[in-house]
Amino acid sequence: MVDVTSKVLRQRPLNAGYWSLELDAAAIAGQARPGQFVHVRVPGLDQISLRRPFSIFGADEGVLKILYKTVGRGTAEMNRLSPGDPVQVIGPLGNGFPLEPKGLPLLVAGGYGVAPLCFLASRLSRAGVVLVGGRSSDDVLACEDFERMGWTVRVATQDGSRGEKGLVTALLDQELERLRALGETGELYACGPDGMLRAVGDRAIAAGFRGWLSLDKHMVCGVGACLACVQNLRREDGSTWIGRVCHDGPIFESREIIW
Amino acid sequence: MSVVDLSVDLGGIRMKNPVTVASGTFGYGKEYAELIDVSQLGAITVKGIRLQAWPGNPLPRHVEVPGGMVNAIGLQGPGVDGFVRDYMPFLRKTGVPVIVNIWGTSEDEYAEVARRLSDVEGVAGLELNISCPNVKEGGHAFGTDPRTVSALVAAVRRSTRLPLMPKLAPNVPDIKVFVRAAQEAGADALALINTLPAMVVDIEKRRPVLANKVGGLSGAAIHPVAVKLVWEAAQVARVPLLAMGGVMGPEQALEFLIVGATAVAVGTANFIDPSTPLRVLDGIAAYMKRHGMRSVKELTGSLVC
Repeated sequence: MVDVTSKVLRQRPLNAGYWSLELDAAAIAGQARPGQFVHVRVPGLDQISLRRPFSIFGADEGVLKILYKTVGRGTAEMNRLSPGDPVQVIGPLGNGFPLEPKGLPLLVAGGYGVAPLCFLASRLSRAGVVLVGGRSSDDVLACEDFERMGWTVRVATQDGSRGEKGLVTALLDQELERLRALGETGELYACGPDGMLRAVGDRAIAAGFRGWLSLDKHMVCGVGACLACVQNLRREDGSTWIGRVCHDGPIFESREIIW
Repeated sequence: MSVVDLSVDLGGIRMKNPVTVASGTFGYGKEYAELIDVSQLGAITVKGIRLQAWPGNPLPRHVEVPGGMVNAIGLQGPGVDGFVRDYMPFLRKTGVPVIVNIWGTSEDEYAEVARRLSDVEGVAGLELNISCPNVKEGGHAFGTDPRTVSALVAAVRRSTRLPLMPKLAPNVPDIKVFVRAAQEAGADALALINTLPAMVVDIEKRRPVLANKVGGLSGAAIHPVAVKLVWEAAQVARVPLLAMGGVMGPEQALEFLIVGATAVAVGTANFIDPSTPLRVLDGIAAYMKRHGMRSVKELTGSLVC
């Protein structure tokens, strides 16, 4: 974990409202593991605004990539950044995904939840299947990146504007059924809204697979000090504890989480 | 060798410089140890501890507002024995005096927590949390009535010889009444201010944003309020004051020293820029050199008015 002043390399528009921001931050990119995040001090906001956490979208050759959607004041300001602008970033933070899948890796992404999964796919030793969901085609991101890495991509949108109409968990049910018929095992990795994560976790438990879920909580310090982003958790022996999503997570196995 | 003497004595808590961190904004020190050299701090003030482990409030526990944030963490913590076992070994290694913020739901609980910390190596003093706005059972209930402040400080005084520093509530009609009550009951120093009671509403849902409904406002917005209260407190205080509230850089810390504080704490700014306490320290030293001061004590109470 380091606190560095990075420089903006480029800002690339993705779908409507979604952007990829590339920062020159070798000290962070060099250490980063998939599933970890960075805590960004957004320039342009007054000096007194809190930092914003973002999943790491990519970290190759000293370039730290994050994917964001312009949803509020902070991300609107991020959108004004130009190449060369300084940005203070703390990272890499959090625990990251385990990288040894037992069986076929099955990735489930909701909206910008695709960001840490894209980085994960680039670091897993075997390609698998990625299921990308969103409200409409605008929320379906990074499919080409997965395809380039040899992954099978399936898409579901709630309005049917791209891929199958419906929820991404319907695609997951089909994939799990296919694996069951083949007698194969899989390992689930998911990032997206809480409702989707919970549904993915329930299916992982029912299938007897491990399911790694990346929780998205509002954070303040990002380093485990302030206790703003806590989550009730269960150990294997059934005892419970309160974890800090920023420090003990953001990745938790489905069985650990008490929803 | 430094040409300026930054050391201060905060009611028996001997600090090599006047900068510490506000309870609840710095965990137990080790969370920030990878980002700043915590051994350079004048003291480390840890998150509030009661007798038993405590789960804190449901989420959401915080919301950003212009000029700061409102929090209702609710004093989640490991309990006094868990704190000593799990966190003191690291804190001792820093070589920095540790100020433990303690709370409870009764005088007996405060006294017992104080007793258990009394002989713990590395614990330099106790900050009595009598003003947390986020826990119904304890904290705030004690801090807004001078008689309960007095009784509580006296009870804890009987259970420990550690320096005692009650942390005063800002939302009282006359802070001087509380300063007198606390020091007459045996306080060695006073900390002020705690967060200001606050509330934020989600207008679309027409619900409070915080699960606890109300919380405490901190950050740059509260700084002028804190300066005024520290200034008033200093007029009747016979014990040293630890000032906090919206210290974002050296300028705010200097204001506090000038109106009468002996030491200052950085709070919410740690979340935004973890190097703030060290920036504040450098800025105080630079100011002293610029003004030809040899000791930081010359700054305390140097207000002209």
